[in-house]
Amino acid sequence: MATTTAAARVRKARRTSVGLKLAMAITGGLFVLYVLAHMYGNLKVFSGQEAFDGYAHHLRELGEPLLPYSGFLWVMRIGLVVALVVHVWAAVSLWRRANHARSTRYVKFRPVQATWSSRTMRWGGVALLLFVIFHLLQFTTMTIQVGGSFDSPYDRVVAAFSTWYILAIYVLSMLALGMHLRHGIWSAVQTLGWSTRRREPAIKRTALVIALIIVVGFLVPPIAIFLGVLE
Amino acid sequence: MTETLVDGLYREGAPILDTTAPTGPIEQRWSERTFSARLVNPANRRKLKVIIIGTGLAGASAGATLGEAGYQVTSFCYQDSPRRAHSIAAQGGINASKNYRNDGDSTYRLFYDTIKGGDFRSRESNVYRLAELSGNIIDQCVAQGVPFAREYGGLLDNRSFGGVQVSRTFYARGQTGQQLLLGAYQALERQISAGTVAMYTRHEMLELVVIDGRARGVIVRDMVTGQIETHLADAVVLATGGYSNVFFLSTNAMGCNATAIWRAHRQGALFANPCYTQIHPTCIPVSGEYQSKLTLMSESLRNDGRIWVPAAKADARDPREIPEDQRDYYLERTYPAFGNLVPRDIASRAAKKVCDEGRGVGPTGLGVYLDFADSIQRLGKETVIARYGNLFDMYQRITGEDPYEVPMRIYPAVHYTMGGLWVDYDLQSNLPGLFVVGEANFSDHGANRLGASALMQGLADGYFVLPNTINDYLAAGPYKAVDDDDPAVAQAVGTVRSRIATFLVAQGTRSVDSFHKELGQIMWEYCGMERTEEGLRHAIGRIRALRASFRADVRVLGEAEELNQSLEKAGRVADFMELAELMCIDALHRRESCGGHFRAESQTSAGEALRDDERFAYVAAWQWTGDANPPTLRKEDLHYDYVELKQRSYT
Amino acid sequence: MRITLNVWRQQNAQAPGRIVSYPRQDVSPEMSFLELLDVLNEDLIAQGDEPIAFDHDCREGICGQCGVMIDGVAHGPQRITTCQLHMRSFADGDTITVEPWRADPFPVIKDLVVDRRALDRIISSGGYVSVNTGSAPDAHATPLPKENADRAFEAAACIGCGACVAACPNASAMLFTAAKVTHLGELPQGQPERAARVVSMLDSHDAEGFGGCTNIGECAAVCPAGVPLDTISQLNVDLLGALSPRRPG
Repeated sequence: MATTTAAARVRKARRTSVGLKLAMAITGGLFVLYVLAHMYGNLKVFSGQEAFDGYAHHLRELGEPLLPYSGFLWVMRIGLVVALVVHVWAAVSLWRRANHARSTRYVKFRPVQATWSSRTMRWGGVALLLFVIFHLLQFTTMTIQVGGSFDSPYDRVVAAFSTWYILAIYVLSMLALGMHLRHGIWSAVQTLGWSTRRREPAIKRTALVIALIIVVGFLVPPIAIFLGVLE
Repeated sequence: MTETLVDGLYREGAPILDTTAPTGPIEQRWSERTFSARLVNPANRRKLKVIIIGTGLAGASAGATLGEAGYQVTSFCYQDSPRRAHSIAAQGGINASKNYRNDGDSTYRLFYDTIKGGDFRSRESNVYRLAELSGNIIDQCVAQGVPFAREYGGLLDNRSFGGVQVSRTFYARGQTGQQLLLGAYQALERQISAGTVAMYTRHEMLELVVIDGRARGVIVRDMVTGQIETHLADAVVLATGGYSNVFFLSTNAMGCNATAIWRAHRQGALFANPCYTQIHPTCIPVSGEYQSKLTLMSESLRNDGRIWVPAAKADARDPREIPEDQRDYYLERTYPAFGNLVPRDIASRAAKKVCDEGRGVGPTGLGVYLDFADSIQRLGKETVIARYGNLFDMYQRITGEDPYEVPMRIYPAVHYTMGGLWVDYDLQSNLPGLFVVGEANFSDHGANRLGASALMQGLADGYFVLPNTINDYLAAGPYKAVDDDDPAVAQAVGTVRSRIATFLVAQGTRSVDSFHKELGQIMWEYCGMERTEEGLRHAIGRIRALRASFRADVRVLGEAEELNQSLEKAGRVADFMELAELMCIDALHRRESCGGHFRAESQTSAGEALRDDERFAYVAAWQWTGDANPPTLRKEDLHYDYVELKQRSYT
Repeated sequence: MRITLNVWRQQNAQAPGRIVSYPRQDVSPEMSFLELLDVLNEDLIAQGDEPIAFDHDCREGICGQCGVMIDGVAHGPQRITTCQLHMRSFADGDTITVEPWRADPFPVIKDLVVDRRALDRIISSGGYVSVNTGSAPDAHATPLPKENADRAFEAAACIGCGACVAACPNASAMLFTAAKVTHLGELPQGQPERAARVVSMLDSHDAEGFGGCTNIGECAAVCPAGVPLDTISQLNVDLLGALSPRRPG
């Protein structure tokens, strides 16, 4: 059977659908780490305006003088964009592959194992992508300004989340993120081959817990703002 | 050939001899034969084509091995994948005289047990070779990755099986056949990818092409498109399994059929011992008219289950409410020494007897209890689960009853056919160039097959015997080139087409299945567990009438040029009917009881099978003489130089 | 029992198909699902209608030839093969939709019959140990821990029915492929070709047009042979290994 060279085998291995999944798992893993860090930053909002703005500023000075001002942030942004492109490209490839694999639908299909979370990965992913764009337009490029224009990140956040529809968008988006992560984390672990039958329930529970922590962690500041706990 | 009809049914022809079997000391015969067989130069193998019909253990292993050797192999199966052949359903295990247990096993003992188990109706040379090759099979399968059961030390586990006193059975849970077949299938797929084997799935062989007295090809029907195709070759191998489905209800798969071997028989191949059928005592009983097949429950259940029926007729009480003194543990009563562990044929006949007396249980009255209550009490439910859990689950799935609570109901069912096409020591039929392997031939099991021997024979034939004998035939060539324009090909194609047309134009009133069911009932009643002169004559008359009715009244809808499952069945059932008649004639002529063949007229005072070695120590090979003519019987005498002929006794 | 079968009828691969309804009054709970189709077919023949084509062979759950979608679930409501399903699993008055496996690599041949040769081609691409007949060492030459033997057996129990593909929302044959990769990967005999095997088999799997796995788990949930989902995890590990140029095979 084995008539190919190791190099040819490696090339062939990369091109398989499991290769795509591995790409998704690794990039997805990076996103989880990033999101956790982001959540930690958000929670700084409870330490007061000074601490929060200081944190935002500090991020830009990170790595100085080795890196220029905002250098760390740009490295991170570029990294995230590359990861996002890979993640989305792999997802779209697998999605197209799945569509071609079953062009005639069932008259009746009843899932017996799938969770809502696993069944909404693709459209949920699309929703998250739209959200990310909106989020960047709002807080990174500041193209969309809600409740006025501010120099202080703290003021920007407070003004935005005092608006009900912004809160609503974020609540829905974070729920979508939670669902995406609940299946995504388990899926990444399985794809990286760390799952066994014995560990499977624990992995799934852990994925759920991480997803819940992230949802709650992200929603606490906006809700606190909306309720007037922070101002 | 005598001109007079014997019994009004057949003529007797010249005896037949197996001319390829060496005659030296038995342990040297196989090496002698492999040495004397001519070889084909590896460079020439590429030019030689071999057709193999069937991809069970024998067919797949032969295909893989001949492909590895470099022949051009063309393989056919009627299923949608070669992996589905019915070898896959074998549960118990495979015998090999490895003597890993150090319990006194040897090639000679396996040989002896198999000859005795076959009730002294098989050839010594063939059986010795089978025993000799048994160990190689295990080695080969392990190397392929067959996951046999292992012990904690990492070595292979063995268990014992009916009829022997040593532990020589290798197994993979209750799925040994599946695992062995997948091993052979994977080896075959490897050759397909290497280009040495061309695989045709959903293709059914409908005719053998014989040119100048040699088997040179087959006519097959593509079951998807209905196209009739001709495939020509230098040799043809049939590995199409047994014909238990002549009984309609059997443990065989629904598609198992005798068409390939029957068409070959009609082309001149001798059919040996057609009446030797094995009836397995522990199957799940029929539940109603709609029943389509029977499911085997491993024989091992009889180790701990007790078989009984109510002492009174038509006792319809819940079995748990029948007190001990109103139960009849008939095997324990009649055979105190062996009890519930008497051989398959005896257990089967005894069950039929009590049911015929009106003491059968279950909705149809055709069943006996297999009761585990005592074992559960003695061993504990846990132990019973550990030993038989999967079987109990299977029983529950099929019957909806919980065998831990209610006794199981079992009844015998047709399981295996020892008869098949006659072959010589090389596994070549009397038609040069036609080889027959596995259950499709008659060679190794005599009148009764021992448990775990079928897998052994199929793989021995396919991996080791055929690849070392077919070369002798091929090396004698090259045989003249043939093509599709040969008149013999045209004639074979014509036969196939006109047969298909006959089925489609009949436009009668009855479905193919209804004929098949009726045939099955006749065979089960008169050519099943117990056969009598009168019953067999009656059966022959009814089969002839049924054949006539089939020709006139069968209804096959649809077209020839499409997937048409009724049409497929029509051809198979038509062949089963002809074969059924020959089975009855063979059963009638063999006025002795031996192995799976029990003639009521030939029994001891204790009701045991009584062999008649003086008159019947021969293989009955039948020759086809035409549709309107009676068959000709040609005898091959059996000689026992190494094993002493003995009468079985189990009382 | 009264049962209505809504069966997919399709004359051939090219013809459009449709659902046809067959009400039955006389269904015995002791019948198997396929025996109900047999009885229905007998009646269709009597009426002069073409019987429903469906695949089946051993009818004891091991050959893998049978398999249809029964009310939206591969092989029906229990985790067993279609042939082992009995009508007592349904309620009086039920309407049951019966469809063929749907996946583009499994084109419909007629009615409920599909072509699953793509699975054979996956095996053909590397699902074996390359050992010629006669070249095997003694069976006891290489001891194998029982745990590995059991795990190999569990994966090798796959019957190749294709239910995993039918149930997978992506129409992926990953469980099928993983079962063979795991079976042979657990055995010492399977090591030399381990890396090459997983790559060749996956390459073939993708080329056949099966979808990719997204770890939903429908496959293992309907698998009548009980092939566990973590075989896919094991396949992924093997593929990761194959990405390393130093790995032999």
